[in-house]
Amino acid sequence: MSTILIIEQVLNGLQSGVMLFLMAAGLTLIFGVMGLINLAHGSLYMVGAFAAAAVAGLTGSFVLALIAALAAAALAGAVIETLVIRRLYDSDHLDQVLATFALILIFSEGTRWVFGSFPLFLDIPDALSGPVTLPGGIEYPLYRLALIVAGLLVGVGLWVLIERTRIGIQIRAGENDREMIAALGVDISRLYTLVFALGAALAGLAGALVGAIQSVQVGMGEPVLILAFVVIVIGGIGSIKGAFIGALLVGLTDTLVGIFLPEVLKLFMDAAPATSAGSAIASMSIYILMSLVLIWRPSGLFGARI
Amino acid sequence: MTDIVLRTDGISKSFGALTASNDISIDLRAGEIHAIIGPNGAGKSTLIAQICGSLQPDAGKVELMGRDVTGFSTDQRARAGLGRTFQISALAMEDTVLQNALLGALGASGRPWRFWAGVLGDTALRARAEEALARVGLDGVASKRCADLSHGQRRQLEVAVALTLRPCAFVMDEPMAGLGAAGSKEMTTFLDGLRQEAPILLVEHDMDAVFALADRISVLVYGEVIATGTVDQIRADARVREAYLGETT
Amino acid sequence: MTRETTFNAVLLLGLIAVPTWALIMDQPFTITLATRAVILALAAAGLNIALGIGGLVSLGHAVFFGIGGYAMGILAHHAQSYSPLMDWPFVIEGTKFMPVIWLVASVVSALAALVIGILSLRTTGAYFIMITLAFGQMFYYFAISWSAYGGEDGMSIYVRNDFPGLNTLAPIQFYGLCLAMLVIVLIFSARLRKSPFGLALNAARQVPARLDAVGLNPVRLKLVAFVISGVITGLAGALFADLNRFVSPTMFSWQFSGEIMVLVILGGVGRLFGPVAGAVTFVALEHFLGGLTEFWHIFLGVILLAVVLFARGGITGLVAGKEASHD
Repeated sequence: MSTILIIEQVLNGLQSGVMLFLMAAGLTLIFGVMGLINLAHGSLYMVGAFAAAAVAGLTGSFVLALIAALAAAALAGAVIETLVIRRLYDSDHLDQVLATFALILIFSEGTRWVFGSFPLFLDIPDALSGPVTLPGGIEYPLYRLALIVAGLLVGVGLWVLIERTRIGIQIRAGENDREMIAALGVDISRLYTLVFALGAALAGLAGALVGAIQSVQVGMGEPVLILAFVVIVIGGIGSIKGAFIGALLVGLTDTLVGIFLPEVLKLFMDAAPATSAGSAIASMSIYILMSLVLIWRPSGLFGARI
Repeated sequence: MTDIVLRTDGISKSFGALTASNDISIDLRAGEIHAIIGPNGAGKSTLIAQICGSLQPDAGKVELMGRDVTGFSTDQRARAGLGRTFQISALAMEDTVLQNALLGALGASGRPWRFWAGVLGDTALRARAEEALARVGLDGVASKRCADLSHGQRRQLEVAVALTLRPCAFVMDEPMAGLGAAGSKEMTTFLDGLRQEAPILLVEHDMDAVFALADRISVLVYGEVIATGTVDQIRADARVREAYLGETT
Repeated sequence: MTRETTFNAVLLLGLIAVPTWALIMDQPFTITLATRAVILALAAAGLNIALGIGGLVSLGHAVFFGIGGYAMGILAHHAQSYSPLMDWPFVIEGTKFMPVIWLVASVVSALAALVIGILSLRTTGAYFIMITLAFGQMFYYFAISWSAYGGEDGMSIYVRNDFPGLNTLAPIQFYGLCLAMLVIVLIFSARLRKSPFGLALNAARQVPARLDAVGLNPVRLKLVAFVISGVITGLAGALFADLNRFVSPTMFSWQFSGEIMVLVILGGVGRLFGPVAGAVTFVALEHFLGGLTEFWHIFLGVILLAVVLFARGGITGLVAGKEASHD
């Protein structure tokens, strides 16, 4: 096994990790500020991807496609927050789960109605297509590298937003004490809509960015949603830092175990059973990781509350 | 000393920089009511939590009937003989008064793993629950839903559920909270008779009740016991007057 | 009789009458639909014990449904191919005998519920939901990668399995078997609600601290409820596989976990017959709306939203009043 392969797979793991982070950051922010568990977050990811694919198909511009993804997901987020989600802040988790499950049904079937059941394709922009040669002579797809950079930039942007701006202060205050920020004269329902739309936009962006390397189809959001849940459980609910560390851990584990476990098993057994056992165990690896974290720290690596 | 039922031996607990309990050693002797008083934020709730097991002390130990129960969980301590009541009623609001009392009787029986026979048909459990309800005067409302009870009745039910356990020590967290003058008086009379059955560690804000009931009082300030003594000793203690009653002499 | 008991009796009599009605109206397909409804009701009745009484919002109950299905699929697969399931250290043969299949489905579901329960119950609230959902996904991906048993394609069983004294291939007889199983589970649920365990579990949902204070461990109570619940949903999975003579990883899917929960809520969470009312409604909607438009899930979503936002008691609540019976 060569170093080049290892580095390549580490980069793949980072890439899927940072994209997961975009999903998990929104979820954890929404949970932290509003106490809401949002299953429909995966639908917003899908909305972003479809908006990007549709606009790219019409205009041919990837930049416009990304803008469309952000706008469509943020708009969809603001609309469902205003119509449905805000009635759920004081409800128990069961109601939140069911209502957001209902939203998934509506979004998924609605999208199928409009776009049909066939997957759409979103092309990688020319400027970012093809491989790039990294120091050490490693060839790696430029687009994936761009995803890593983009994800990290968004992460930094989010950090600045929350730690360094006025709106960030309000968000952090909202996590601690609702009455307090209402008393400070902040319009809390507007703040909630804003936070929800922000989380939605992050999900939409992730959907569009990943949509260019996978197909854009109905139901694409939910597997990512569940991975993002694993990330949050590992990182601790409400913690952006936890979401970041958790996302990288999950991304790397998922990618690396899938590639290397069969190779390791081949040292002990025949190739064919090693491959099938390896891939079966690899499919479970992140859940095993989650279980270990649960045994060690039930409220996650950076979670204060439970 | 053999008549010590419950005691804490130098328990300490900090949350970050805040010391909520600092080397607290108190004991509860057979037949007495030992009141813990102190201003808000003195660490009374933290102390109760450590005695009942929902918080683990950083140092020190808790003993019940001479047995070290520091490593016990809350439910193990209850089975070992600790009967507690909550400051804010912890009752199954959707259930009836009788069902709530049965819960205590069921806990005392230690046999919840029965899935078929009706719990209301268990005469032994029922007798125990009904007896406790009768003692606090709730036998007339046994079939009422807990949510429909008055605040005072809920406080009584709190005590009744603890009674079903027939514990060797009671830990009561503000049993008078929210009771009117008449209710407080009634509860005071009731607790007064209860001490012969099992001693009571009483956390209470109602000073009239404390001075009427307590055999001994410990004063907690900033996580430390600054004085323990009889009612008269505490009334006379200069440090208590200064630190707690806010008088400067 | 309260309105709820009347409603329950009507539902049950309706289910008993289905075969006769189908024969008279010459609509044999109705029996298959009703069988589907009864099996889904059974799966939901399992979840209703964990969710309705114990308050455990499990979004991973498809795990047990899938395990039940695969228990049937794997045993029957080996029986129909005359290959032993295992020949070392001792030989285990496949079987087409339903009682044995159900036993295996129950035991494996119980074990899975025990492990998932122990891990998930270390947490509460939103964590619990996410974790059960994640474990469901783990089983789903495992089934997909388990190529020995069909992987993503699943596997077919040629002939429905046997039950002594019945011709299970006759739709009416298989329906009767499923309905009998549902009735047994409902009787058990009714007894459980009034039992000491039910009393304690119901209180563990409302005030866990109270349970601790009387010396009962609420987490252990919830764990046992989760295991019982998993076993019942596992049995439903085995029957469902037999109904379709087909198992596939979709039995493990998170959508299915969501659907079982929808059945419970639609019918009325915590109500004895809630799962039955929910499953009958769901299958009827699926049949009639599904006949009108292939996008019927949109309407299901809207109905579900309406129930959550405006009618918390579900169908049973609408028909029989808001208060759950307290007797």
